[in-house]
Parts: sequence; C-alpha cells; structure tokens
Amino acid sequence: MEADSKPKKSGARLCCVCNQNRAALKRPKTLEQICRECFYAVFEEEIHQVILENQLFKPGDRIAIGASGGKDSTVLAYVLSELNRRHNYGLDLFLLSVDEGITGYRDDSLETVKRNELQYGLPLKIVSYKDLYGWTMDEIVKMIGLKNNCTFCGVFRRQALDRGAALLKVDKVATGHNADDIAETVLLNILRGDIARLSRCTSIITGEDGPIPRCKPFKYTYEKEIVMYAYFKKLDYFSTECIYSPNAYRGFAREFIKDLERIRPRAILDIIKSEMVQSLCLAGGAESRFTKAWHWSYSRPKQ
Amino acid sequence: MACNSSTCNSSGCYKGYEEEEQPKPNTKAAVNGGNSCQNLCVKCKVNEPVCCGIGGENSRFCKDCFKNNLYGKFKQAVTYNAMITPPDKVLVAFSGGPSSRVVLQFVHEMQYKAQKNYDANKDKSLPVFGVGVAFIDESSTHSFTSQHIEKAIEDIRLIVSNLAPPSKELFVVPIESIFSSDGIDGKERLKELLDAVSDVTGKEDLLSHLRILLLQKIASENGYTRIVLGSCTSRIACHVISATVKGQGYSLSADIQYVDSRWEIPVVLPLRDCPAQELNTLCSLDGSLKIVELLNGPCSGINGLVSSFVKVLQEENPSRECTIVRTAGKLTPFHFNRVPEIHDSNVPSATRRHQKRYTLKPNGSLSSDSFCPICNSPLKKSNFPSSLRSHGSQQNPDLFASACSSCQFQILPKDPSLMEEFLSLLPQQMITKAKHGDQGNFSLLREQIQEFLFSDGENEI
Repeated sequence: MEADSKPKKSGARLCCVCNQNRAALKRPKTLEQICRECFYAVFEEEIHQVILENQLFKPGDRIAIGASGGKDSTVLAYVLSELNRRHNYGLDLFLLSVDEGITGYRDDSLETVKRNELQYGLPLKIVSYKDLYGWTMDEIVKMIGLKNNCTFCGVFRRQALDRGAALLKVDKVATGHNADDIAETVLLNILRGDIARLSRCTSIITGEDGPIPRCKPFKYTYEKEIVMYAYFKKLDYFSTECIYSPNAYRGFAREFIKDLERIRPRAILDIIKSEMVQSLCLAGGAESRFTKAWHWSYSRPKQ
Repeated sequence: MACNSSTCNSSGCYKGYEEEEQPKPNTKAAVNGGNSCQNLCVKCKVNEPVCCGIGGENSRFCKDCFKNNLYGKFKQAVTYNAMITPPDKVLVAFSGGPSSRVVLQFVHEMQYKAQKNYDANKDKSLPVFGVGVAFIDESSTHSFTSQHIEKAIEDIRLIVSNLAPPSKELFVVPIESIFSSDGIDGKERLKELLDAVSDVTGKEDLLSHLRILLLQKIASENGYTRIVLGSCTSRIACHVISATVKGQGYSLSADIQYVDSRWEIPVVLPLRDCPAQELNTLCSLDGSLKIVELLNGPCSGINGLVSSFVKVLQEENPSRECTIVRTAGKLTPFHFNRVPEIHDSNVPSATRRHQKRYTLKPNGSLSSDSFCPICNSPLKKSNFPSSLRSHGSQQNPDLFASACSSCQFQILPKDPSLMEEFLSLLPQQMITKAKHGDQGNFSLLREQIQEFLFSDGENEI
C-alpha cells in the first residue's frame, strides 16, 4: 500500500521535499515524511492553489471569516491573512462570530476569538441568537430536548452569519469547513435521503443566488493537517466540542470517516470528488419553494 | 388498494384498511395505538403473528403472510422489470447464504407455478422458463479444510435436487476456472494474481469481479439468458456507501438497478426491495430454507468497515438501508439498466407493452461507450483523451489508461514495470476488454469527424 518514501540514513529520516532537514511529521493526507518548514509551505501553497483555481476572491473584496474560536476558523484566519499579504489578494478581512448562547462552550470560545482579533489585527463583529431571535440555544434545548437541536442551531447560525455579513457590508463569507466535514455531510445526506443538499454540499462556493455567497477554502484540507498546523505554529484556539454534540447524528458519520482515514487516507477526498452530483435528478419543487421563501425574508427592511 | 410494503406507515394505508374490515374492535385500537392489534397478524388478521418485519411493532406477521409479503416484492420486481420471460433460461447464483437461498426458492416457486399452468393448459404455446443454479467454490482463496467444503457442496446438491420438479442443473465451479488454462495451474495463477494486489480492499474487489466474470462464462457456455443474484436492500446499501467512499460515484447508479445489461448475459436483482433482516427471519422461520454456512471469510478493509457501519445505522433506525438505496436510486441510471427489448412473440404482449413503457422514462439515462476492463464500470467520456495518449499496442493494451480511477488505485500495481506481469495474470476476458476499450474510443472519435472523412485512403487502425 503506502511504503516509506525514504530509507533511513544514519538513523535520521530526511524531509522528502527539501532533503535537508530532518522529517518532523508524516503528512496525514499523503503519508509523506516532511519537515516543519516544508509542511507549512505545502499546506499554505495548496490552499493558495484552491483559492486561485476556484476563483474564490477578487481584489477589493471584503471578506468575513466565520470565526468560532475553534481550530478550523483560527487557522483559516491566520492562513488567509498570511496569503493575503504574501500574494497580494487585496482583500479586506474581518472576523465574524456567532454567539448561540451555549454556556460552558460558546462563552469560552468567544474569549478566544477576542484574542484572535488582537493577535491577527482583524476587526471582529459578534452577532448573538439572543439579540437576533430572542432565544439562546440553552433555552431552545430546554424547550425541545436533545434531539434535532443541531438542526435548529444550524439554520439559525446561517441566518445569523448572513445578518452579520450584511451589517459588515462584506461581499463574501469564508468558513473553515474542511474535507472531513464535507465528507461527513455527503454521507449524512445519503443516509437521510436529502437529495437537494447532496447536490449542493460539495460546492466550494454556495449561496451565489442568495444575499451573501459563502466559500470553503479548506474544502480539500484534511482536519488532521489543520490540527497539525495549529499545533506546530502554536496558534491560539479553543478545542472543546459543543456540549450538545454527543447526541448529534453526525457522530455516526464522523466515527466512520475517522476509521476510514486509518485504512485509506485518500478516501476522504474520493468521497468529495465522487461525481454523484452531476448525475442527480433533482425533484425541483420543494427545494425551490424553500429558497424563494428564504430570499423573501431578506427583501424586508433590516433592523 | 392494499399496500404491499411491510414498512408503510402512512396513515392512509393499512390503518384505514383495518378500520374498513373490522370497525368495532379495531377503530378503538387504532386510536389507542394498536394495543389489541398486537395479537393478530397485521395482514390476515386471523393468525397469530410470529415475527416482525423491519417496521417493528407495526408489522407483525404470521408465517404465511410474512413469506407472501416478501414473495410479493420479488414477484413485483420480476414482472415490472420483465426480468424473466417464458423463453428465458435463468441461472441463479447461489452462495449458500440466506439471500441466495430465498431467491432460489422464489424463482423455483415461480417456475413451479408456470409448470403447473403449462401442464393444465391445452395450448402449449408458452414454454416454461428454465432454471439452473451456479455455486462458485472459492475455497482456493481461503484455508478451509476439504472436508468442510465437500460437506457444503453436498448440502447444496441436496438443496437443489429437492427443488424439483422442474429439475435444475447445478454447476459447482471453482473460481480458478475463470482462467481458460493452457496447462498453467489455475490455482497458482489465481494466487499469484491476488498476491500482486497489495491493497486489501482491492484484493476483495478483484475477487468479486472475477466471480461475476465466471458467472457470465458459465451462463454463456450453457445457454442461459439471465443471471439472477440474491442481492438484497442491505447489500445494495453497503455498495452505495462503499462506492461513494472509493470515488466510484459516477458508475454507482449502474450497479444498483434492477437490471444490468452491460454484460453479455443480463444480470437481474429481484430481491432489491427486500431487507436482509427479513430474509434472515424467513430462513429461520421456514425449516425447509436451509442455508449453507458461508464459506468465505468476513470482509476486511473498506468493505468490512462499511458493512459494520451500515449495521450500526440499521440498528439505530430500521429503515436506514431503504433510505440509502432510495437516495442512490435518484441517480440517473444508464442506458443498459433495462432488459434488452423483447422481440419474442412468445412473451405475453402485456409484458412487452409494460417493458416498452418502462424504457421510455422521461428523465433519460446516461450513455457510455467505454468501460473499465477490470470492474466493467462505465467511464465518463472525459477519460477518453487520456487513453488516446496511451501508447498501448494491440498486443499490449495500456491497461492503466483504460481502467477507472478506482481500479487504477486499488488493484493495478503502483510500479509501472510490474504492469506487464500483472497483465499476463489477468483472465482473458479482461484483456480483451482492455483492447476493445481502445477501439471503442476510436469509434467515438471517428463518429465526430465522420463527415470530413473520405472512404478511400484511410488506414485501418
């Protein structure tokens, strides 16, 4: 299957890219042995290529980075500002955070985002469910229990991001969804029979016909590599899971993806690239009605 | 109209039917959540229920109704897709497990009924379809004792001989017969071939491709016109997930339809709507449905991971497998996913009309000219330029370029210098496909430039 690319030389493994430094890690995506510096370089370069090939941004764009304080959004903020500088994207970057009102989780992670604001020099805007809807997630869970609460939270968060983005007057929202997330979503949509979502979930840009388009620069980036990057660069992030997540159905898919990665790392990308999207016959009706209603809610004057 | 589905919970369905039949006791029961219904079979309301379908408490059946429910799904699949018609000779692939035991039983019962009708009918115009059984002995790939295998084969012979009249021919064929050996020991060659595949999942998948090729060979050499597989909903659900995971999303819809005619002998899946759990229950209820212990070891690698994943999901929600298959059913099928048009006047015109209507589906289908020589999956037309770049000759087709990306990764050797040796180990059918694959692409190319070609002065490629 995958064999070591370099034989051991006098007890030291050499980086397979520069052949000079000692290898500090094995890349989860490709299992290559690589030194830290080369890892940073290849990690950042791959994301840069994804941005170019998919034309995610154009010069002068105002971009809101969905920032939760977790590793994905912290690394995204770090890498985007770095690439923006290095390659002169000409972007105006902002941090946009959503406070769902989950005690013991969100209140702590928001502190991290506030620190990120200072560390990366990016202006921060926080929108909360309490202000927007009059409900916190804690209150919602008290009302509906622990099943399906993620569904509510997901829908509210998307609208909250759109509202926050409108307040910031940005052109696009960038989120830290990584390859593992998208692979899990593909599986979930198959398991649940959600054809409409299945046809959209692998797009790197979504919502182009809506108020604010969204993009996922980490679409092809493995979660493990994001963790590794954050770890080696000693980035400040909040690493606890949402307290309501053990009951989430996504947990099944996540376990499976983790096991799958152990057997065949490239399977994660294979799921995303699976090309089922092209051959789906969509049942137009229900989906387009929903989209229309969503758009209508934006045509009303905002607060 | 009575609903055949054991899992149908729609309020207009069986509950309404109940209220019609026995308004007094059951109306109350239906409102109370069916407390008194639990003591009667939901279908006939006469016998005591002995088992549950996957609908759980809402689908308690007596033995006969349970079996009839499954048989009904089988019959509907066969009729609606014109799977078996009077002039056909069907070969049932028998592995010994519960699904293939049930499909064999159901095919036999269908044949038996047809035979009785034929005997009773003065006008002997409609022949009875023929049935044969094929068991593929894969013992050379595992380390079972020869006693074990011989006992299993004996059991299978007994099962098949008891399913008469009408009598059925049994083929017990070792997997290594796929190689039309010229003195080379088939077992050795098979072992070498499998050893040349380093990926565990690739090995298992290659073996299953060889299996279907061998079934094709048996059917073709003995005049069979259809191959029946016992693939049930559960197996298909596992295939959906594992194909997604292996990056085979494009060709997935080809493998999960009722009919697959890309092969020389069309392959049909009449148990597509039956969950494994119900088939297992049927076998345990009915003593005559003896199963032969599976001789093949458990799957490992990705296939094993996927089947334990689907099992976990099924335990959490019994209708999960159906949902997965239904989702994948929304993918556009291919043009070969229906039986070839029937021109035989012996086939009832009702069946022919039905089949014609079915094939005129508005959503259309995907067409494909080229197929992977190893797994026979349809290739996207964009693969076409890459195989043009191949420098393969007629003697040595460029196997790598003509294969799908999944086979390229998990089956073919990584080191190009080992490719020639690998090619020599493959069965002839795959080599032929690799050669014809190229020609298929050339004919596609030719079609595009046809109008500019003069008929003379062309070099035949």
